[in-house]
Amino acid sequence: METFRYLPDVTTLTLNEKDCVGCGVCEIVCPHGVFLLHNKTARIHDRDGCMECGACAKNCPAEAIGVSPGVGCAAYIIQTWIKGKNAASCSSSECC
Amino acid sequence: MNEKFPQNAGCCERPDGQPPGIQIAPAPITAGSLQDEVCCGSPPGPASHEFEKPGFALLDFVEEFVETPVGPVPRVKTALKWPDHAGALRVRLGLNRNQYKIAPGLYCVGAPDSRAPVLVTANYKLSFDILRQALTAISAWILVLDTRGINVWCAAGKDLFSTDEVVRRVKRSELEKVVTHNELILPQLAATGVAAHHVKKESGFKVIWGPIRARDIKHFLSNGLKAETSMRQVTFTIRDRVVLIPVELSHLQKPSLWILLTAFLISGIGTHVFSLSAAWARGIMLIIAYAAGILAGAVTTPVLLPWVPGRSFALKGAIIGILSGVGIAALFRSNLDPLGSLAFILCTTAISSYLAMNFTGSTPFTSPSGVEKEMRKAIPLQATALLLAIVAWVGSAFAG
Repeated sequence: METFRYLPDVTTLTLNEKDCVGCGVCEIVCPHGVFLLHNKTARIHDRDGCMECGACAKNCPAEAIGVSPGVGCAAYIIQTWIKGKNAASCSSSECC
Repeated sequence: MNEKFPQNAGCCERPDGQPPGIQIAPAPITAGSLQDEVCCGSPPGPASHEFEKPGFALLDFVEEFVETPVGPVPRVKTALKWPDHAGALRVRLGLNRNQYKIAPGLYCVGAPDSRAPVLVTANYKLSFDILRQALTAISAWILVLDTRGINVWCAAGKDLFSTDEVVRRVKRSELEKVVTHNELILPQLAATGVAAHHVKKESGFKVIWGPIRARDIKHFLSNGLKAETSMRQVTFTIRDRVVLIPVELSHLQKPSLWILLTAFLISGIGTHVFSLSAAWARGIMLIIAYAAGILAGAVTTPVLLPWVPGRSFALKGAIIGILSGVGIAALFRSNLDPLGSLAFILCTTAISSYLAMNFTGSTPFTSPSGVEKEMRKAIPLQATALLLAIVAWVGSAFAG
């Protein structure tokens, strides 16, 4: 999303181009247009657009994409600090 | 009691002395006796609908039931009615938002046959309503998953709109008996929770990633199941941001009670150890500072988000917080000494920065790595500002 840019150089996104089978599913599922297919190989076109939702890695049949997925939500992250990652929840009355 | 309707006088008292509504022996009902025995003048409601079943409630968004090889499937209306709008308003205000859901399973719109597309969605009623509203003049099957009443993207993030749930719901609804093809159209934002290649392996159904927004589905269907680039990217318009504000505010109810109490307690401290009149008079000012912080961080910053300088939300909130704090403290300058003004501005800034930082959870573009990075910097600063605000506020009571 060009009108909104968040902090640069933070994403955990990695792409191993050697493993890419060129199916293009990453380009389809990414809601921020991070990937583009060049000569039947995926390339990271806009790294700082990544919000680490994990859709690309989840759907890559070649497991060529790595990302530590999660929700970019301060209230949730505070909960993980206090209660630990497993007990934290972003359901009930908090955010989404 | 019947002064207004004298023609009904005595109608609520049965001639046999029985209280209204209780009938000892069922009398044969004829059109004539119905007319005569109507209590208090209102005509009786319609007869039970043929689709009603003991133990079930007929929902008002269901038009009728269509027969399919797997039994009757509800055909839903594509126009939203008053109860749908009222329900949407209620959840937008953050009231009982976790209970706004419909039963998972197979529904339909129009007159779908065995070749009609299958659209998959969440069972949050707001999501379902937005989808069916976008399907006017379309014939399609709608497979509603059990996402525990959570919208598509959030449910996918929580692994509720998941590969397993898609496979389970396809099997449980016996979809293969209803359609002759093997394609499911899923909203693109479900890709965080659903691995398309695993769905194919486990259910035989091929996932086709539909557009992000329901309003693009008609175009997607008529365009040979192809989405334009713009349909694949999230946006965050001013309207999108404004509708989120009431829910943000509703989260503040509980902490606000404690903050109000603390504000009055702190404000009472002074040269007389504790003064109730000071607690009231100065407490009000502190509450105004808090309210200004809420307005700046949870309302103004989200609305002005793209135009406030900075990338970090805590910084954006702090900027709006300082501006609001200075402006409002100037309005109340007759009630505030310099130290009190400083406390006022610090309080508004800290609250605004914190709340703006919390708005990250409502946006569709902040990464967890980024949010954590800004929080590690911002929270110590916000805490320091709040502490300084309290010291300055109590100090101003002694200075004055």
